[in-house]
Amino acid sequence: MDGFKGKAAVVGFALSPFSRDSRKTELRLSCEVIRDALDDAGLLVTDVDGLVKHADDASDEHAVSSSMGMENLTFFGEVKWGAAPCAMLLRAAMGVASGAARCVVVYRAVNGASRLRMTPSMKTSGQMSTSDLLQWTFHSPFGLTTEAGRVAMTVRRYMHDSGARSEQLGWVPVVCREHGACNPGGAYHGKPIRLEDYLASDLVVDPLRRLDCSEASDGAAAFVVTTPEVARDLRQKPVCILGAAQSMVRDTEMLAGYYRRDPARLPEVRDVGAKLFRTAGVSAGEIRVAQLDDAYGPLVPIQLEELGFCRQGEGASFCEGGSRIRRNGAIALNTSGGSLGEGHLCGMNLVAEAVRQIRGTSTNQVNTAELSLVVTGAGGPAAGLLLAAL
Amino acid sequence: MAMEYIPGIPLLRPYVDYDNQGFWEAVREHRLVFQKCGHCGLIVHRPRPMCPRCLSTEREWTPSEGKGTIYSFVNFTYQNAAYPGIKVPYVVVVVEMTEGVRFISNMIEESAEEIAIGMPVEVVFDQVAPDLTLPKFRKRKG
Repeated sequence: MDGFKGKAAVVGFALSPFSRDSRKTELRLSCEVIRDALDDAGLLVTDVDGLVKHADDASDEHAVSSSMGMENLTFFGEVKWGAAPCAMLLRAAMGVASGAARCVVVYRAVNGASRLRMTPSMKTSGQMSTSDLLQWTFHSPFGLTTEAGRVAMTVRRYMHDSGARSEQLGWVPVVCREHGACNPGGAYHGKPIRLEDYLASDLVVDPLRRLDCSEASDGAAAFVVTTPEVARDLRQKPVCILGAAQSMVRDTEMLAGYYRRDPARLPEVRDVGAKLFRTAGVSAGEIRVAQLDDAYGPLVPIQLEELGFCRQGEGASFCEGGSRIRRNGAIALNTSGGSLGEGHLCGMNLVAEAVRQIRGTSTNQVNTAELSLVVTGAGGPAAGLLLAAL
Repeated sequence: MAMEYIPGIPLLRPYVDYDNQGFWEAVREHRLVFQKCGHCGLIVHRPRPMCPRCLSTEREWTPSEGKGTIYSFVNFTYQNAAYPGIKVPYVVVVVEMTEGVRFISNMIEESAEEIAIGMPVEVVFDQVAPDLTLPKFRKRKG
């Protein structure tokens, strides 16, 4: 199995503006961003024969296809959870690589800031799948009801095991906001923060600070994936999906793998990285730019360790001072700003930035970026992509 | 520092099903039990429909010693990042039980400042409501 090398390419994408209130339905956001992504690619609605949506989104495939006049869809379905951004591209690549479709659109639209979304505590009233409910059955009665709470539990143990300190962990949001401050399309353009701001920010769930947590926004993203043959004749420089991987390991739970031997590790991320590097025939040392899941900043150092960018237990000291994770550092991290510094779009914008790095259009372009890594789903089932020029 | 449940906001209750009802029935009788495989003896928590090691569906509920140590903990300090029905601050702990399984719970008295990873704890049953008992923990001497 050599991945998708030479079998699928990203030929278009679009992001909506990040906002606190889009004043649009999620279906409209979906349709607009798909229209823009097709325009970016130089393709028409009639070229589309596949759709991949997120299981939590309101905009079903049939609603999108009817709204946009799509005909003859031959490939559609949902992908779940936080790993979805990369896993959705994996699904699309499977579609075109297998011949099930020729042109697959991946989309996600979320009014995460303006609309009251289903929180875990609401979910205990029976609005979610039974398997997840059974996880919450042993969390919720004790008040462990929020993502931030579940992540904080892991972070506390990671700090205990590795000796990581707040003064080190704070460099992740600081660098993400630095990168985001140069990104005119992001929600934090011109708004960097300093380490002192981080250390002064409130503890929301001790040990997590407010600036460790990305802030929900309204927004949408879409990607167009097709075959290399089609890709070569289109508007943009095609971006090849060299590798795409998913991982679920023993005792994976949603941001709360407390029952496994070492809950402060992210073995799914380790497996995704190992598989991507193996299928592409590269080592971690050859990667210069990575978009990692920064919905919660302190999970980034653990991902850096699991991916092999530094040794186990040294992620926080690797981030300290910021120089190793800035654009010109050993590994340029979340160069659009990521969830913390561009906007929280459930990780979809991380994939967009990974594509930009190969196109050469990032506002923090890494000149030597021949390989572009993106990982989503830290703390649960994970997925990743390794992109390169076609 | 006991947890303060805010009146008028529903308590979050366990979702009891055939796989976990033995656990929750024991808790109601102030006993802490874990699922033990009737075939290979593996103790697991949380309850699962079969033994993840040998796939046997023969299960028994083995009494726990009720003792363990704090493996990790968090302190909910901001109400919007916490459950609205429990007044912040409140502490949630992961306890590593002597049986080798981990258990998510609360400390019944101690505040965050009095807790540390590795601290020995023991189970105590909290009658949160007339029809809801939860196993919680307190500091154990020795």
